[in-house]
Amino acid sequence: MTVALRPRRPRSLRPSDALRSVGVFGAAIVVTLLAFLFTPLDGGLGFVVIAFAVFLALEYAMVRQTMDRKHAIDHLVSTLVYICAVLTALPLVLIVGTVVVKGLPGLSLNFFTKTLEGVDPSASSTVGGALHAITGTLTQVGFAVIVTVPFGILTAVYLTEIEGRFTGIVRLLVDAMSGIPSIVAGLFVYAIWVIGPGHGFSGFAASLALSILMLPTVARTTEEMLKLVDPSLREASLALGSPQWRTVGQVVLPTARAGIVTAVILGVARVAGETAPLLMTAFGNDKVISPAAAFHEPQSALPLFIFQQLAQDQRERAWTAALALIGLVLLLFMLARLVSRKARAR
Amino acid sequence: MTAVMQPGMDHVDLAPADADIALRAIGVSCWFGKRKVLEGVDLAIARHSVVALIGPSGCGKSTFLRTLNRMHELVPGASLAGSVELDGTDIYGSELRPSEVRKRVGMVFQKPNPFPAMTIRENVLAGLKLTGSKTSEPNELVEWALTRASLWTEVRDRLDTPGGSLSGGQQQRLCIARSLAIKPDVLLMDEPCSALDPTSTRRVEETIGEVSEEVTIVIVTHNMQQAQRVSDTCAFFLAEENQPGRIVEFGATEQVFSNPVDPRTNDYVNGRFG
Amino acid sequence: MSTASLSTTIASSEEQPRTLSAPLSRGDRIYRSITVGGAFVSLAVMSLIAVFLMREAWPALHKAGWSFFTTFEWAPDEGTAYGIGSMLFGTVVIALIALFVAVPISIGTALFINEYTPLRFRGTFITMVDLLAAIPSLIFGLWGLSFLQPRLDGPARWLSEWVSFIPIFKTKVPIFGSSLFVSGLVLALMIIPIITAIARAVMAEVPRVYCEAALALGGTRAGMVREVVLPFAKGGLIGASMLGLGRALGETIAVALILSNDFRIPSNVLSPGGASVAGTIALKFGEASTNGRSALVAAGLVLFFVTLLVNIVARGIVARTKAPSGAKK
Repeated sequence: MTVALRPRRPRSLRPSDALRSVGVFGAAIVVTLLAFLFTPLDGGLGFVVIAFAVFLALEYAMVRQTMDRKHAIDHLVSTLVYICAVLTALPLVLIVGTVVVKGLPGLSLNFFTKTLEGVDPSASSTVGGALHAITGTLTQVGFAVIVTVPFGILTAVYLTEIEGRFTGIVRLLVDAMSGIPSIVAGLFVYAIWVIGPGHGFSGFAASLALSILMLPTVARTTEEMLKLVDPSLREASLALGSPQWRTVGQVVLPTARAGIVTAVILGVARVAGETAPLLMTAFGNDKVISPAAAFHEPQSALPLFIFQQLAQDQRERAWTAALALIGLVLLLFMLARLVSRKARAR
Repeated sequence: MTAVMQPGMDHVDLAPADADIALRAIGVSCWFGKRKVLEGVDLAIARHSVVALIGPSGCGKSTFLRTLNRMHELVPGASLAGSVELDGTDIYGSELRPSEVRKRVGMVFQKPNPFPAMTIRENVLAGLKLTGSKTSEPNELVEWALTRASLWTEVRDRLDTPGGSLSGGQQQRLCIARSLAIKPDVLLMDEPCSALDPTSTRRVEETIGEVSEEVTIVIVTHNMQQAQRVSDTCAFFLAEENQPGRIVEFGATEQVFSNPVDPRTNDYVNGRFG
Repeated sequence: MSTASLSTTIASSEEQPRTLSAPLSRGDRIYRSITVGGAFVSLAVMSLIAVFLMREAWPALHKAGWSFFTTFEWAPDEGTAYGIGSMLFGTVVIALIALFVAVPISIGTALFINEYTPLRFRGTFITMVDLLAAIPSLIFGLWGLSFLQPRLDGPARWLSEWVSFIPIFKTKVPIFGSSLFVSGLVLALMIIPIITAIARAVMAEVPRVYCEAALALGGTRAGMVREVVLPFAKGGLIGASMLGLGRALGETIAVALILSNDFRIPSNVLSPGGASVAGTIALKFGEASTNGRSALVAAGLVLFFVTLLVNIVARGIVARTKAPSGAKK
């Protein structure tokens, strides 16, 4: 007896099954088309939904010919699970695609170099730009990072390095904080800062609101990163007679440096697109505001810009800004992946 | 004594008719990713016999066991070559689905794993539920399976308590009952006693003796005495350094232990390594 | 000193573990106080939110009294006829539609990632889910408004024609869009990554030995999922869905963009109408008077407590499922 020594991976999907599924899929499309022709059904999405339902029913009937009920159900469940995965992935593709297609035409140098100062609200969308919004977002997010990072790291250090009595409570609070609706963070900053010591709307007020939304992400991601630090490193440092603060400051945190950077980037990506809290903190402005002036003057931001352009029915400008915003967020996201991969490789 | 000779192993002289072979492995090799862990295993398992697979850790005997009911492929990156015939049909061919194979070739694991959310009764009947089989007399089946697994007298009054409330040895016998309830042809046991104390081990071994009257049993064990006590035939696996595992010797248990052909078998069964 | 204390320990008849004390250096004491202080900023922020929102909400709440919860109008600038009744209704309906759609898809996707996809594609798919979670809600809203909504006209018409025996789909005039239905669907897309990520983590905790046992008994993959994975992960899946609910309740801008903010209770979910708490705050804040702002803060306060409750309960359930004790019934 000759024995093939090539390794094989046994599969549950056989070619004949795949062929049958393709055939059934075609049949489902035809049946649905007929149904749409002869009954008052309409709508593209409705077609897809009905075609899928017909497909599932036909497929089940087909496999039931050759399998017992359990296997037919198993087959049906697999199909449904694959459809779920497609339904999750599809919006991502559609959203990014729509934003690119609709946003690209309005993208010009003007968009990055001009503001809307003195631009008539009904002017063509190519007039003026979003420089004030871009600088506003960068300023607000920058301040938010400065405010959040120390607290985020301290929280993470508390959760991992100090086995305190309140570790559980702090973790619960940080988790609860991550569930705060962004609009509530905005209202809070409005109540505590804007109508109080802040004397009115300002870019800095927006930074405070963003900090609240960013802190949980930074703290919990940093915590995860600190947990990855090899415990023997800590013990080695303590065994050398180093005090705890030196161990944390000179061994643990530097080891997790790349991880902490990842945490901060993820935090930034989480808040860069926040809109709701800006409505009652930054409020919006048509000029570029310097970082120093951002403490007491209203300021624009990319999300705010999009929202306000939509309100004025300037859709093209809104789409272009959306493209810039999604580009920024995806860039940050990829950057975070890259940094964390490097950190893990080390 | 029933065992079969394979090409290249000319010291076994027992050749049963094909009809008496429950399970036959032909040239089975296994890989995890690029690493080959098992090479060219030929083994014929006679119906209603107890076959012990012995050998040092890492020699591929558990891997081989898992190829016999298609559990091997569940490990990510696992692949294999060769074939395994169940009553003459290749279980890796297109006639059988993995679940049909596993229904006929049951398995008991190293650590007892009764389903935690189910009662004792539900655990015994879990296989029926999972395979979509029906029985008109569930109570009789539960009693039959638990009696076969020598557990009935201990649990008859608390069938509706969680399976996790039993002791380790009882849990393992519950797992045996669970496997028996779907009436498999072959039962694979992967070091079923390694997590148990000596008394429980003894009970499980008695159970194996009882059960072997109706099912074929393939058992992986590290315990030489256990292999001697429970098995009719014995296969010795060995992996030389950086080499995939192979069968070094296969024969009647008595012979493998008292008068092995290969000197390495002799060293191993007498505790000189492994 | 140390020898003295040692001898007394030995002299005492009952053996007890010694309490070890490790006096901290000055540097470590400072380090600890700073860290504890930093960590408690979350406590401070959470309490301050409650306190300051209450302070700002008080005038409006005081004026309206309990009717704030039962009034189905919103005219705080004109008099006392304002309450979050209809907003709360809209918020809950939208969140329920979102959950109804998102939970099955998320569990399916989580199963796909854990059980159905080959190992080498798993990472890619996890990244995709994370990416979906990273897309700002404003963009979801914008996309829902201009891409999804027009395409939902057909299905909405179909629902109103063929499924109108369910009252929520019964429309009087065939005008669709800007509805609770569209908002709910967009929200569903937004909470799918959240629920999927947690459901995946919870289902990955199911010990493989039980899954293998189910398969070794001749169970199919679907049987294994139904009999082992889902019962084991049930609590965590409920928790994950509740976290999605928390997000859906608090979501602001996507709903504000899509929903036609209307404070009458809509008779169905397909026609324009309905309002949400968060969306109303965002839309009305700019133009509101003093009492209007106070009332909006009061609405935010209610939202804060509701989401806080949902989140804490959800986290508790998830944490309990992930702990090893979850193996017991």
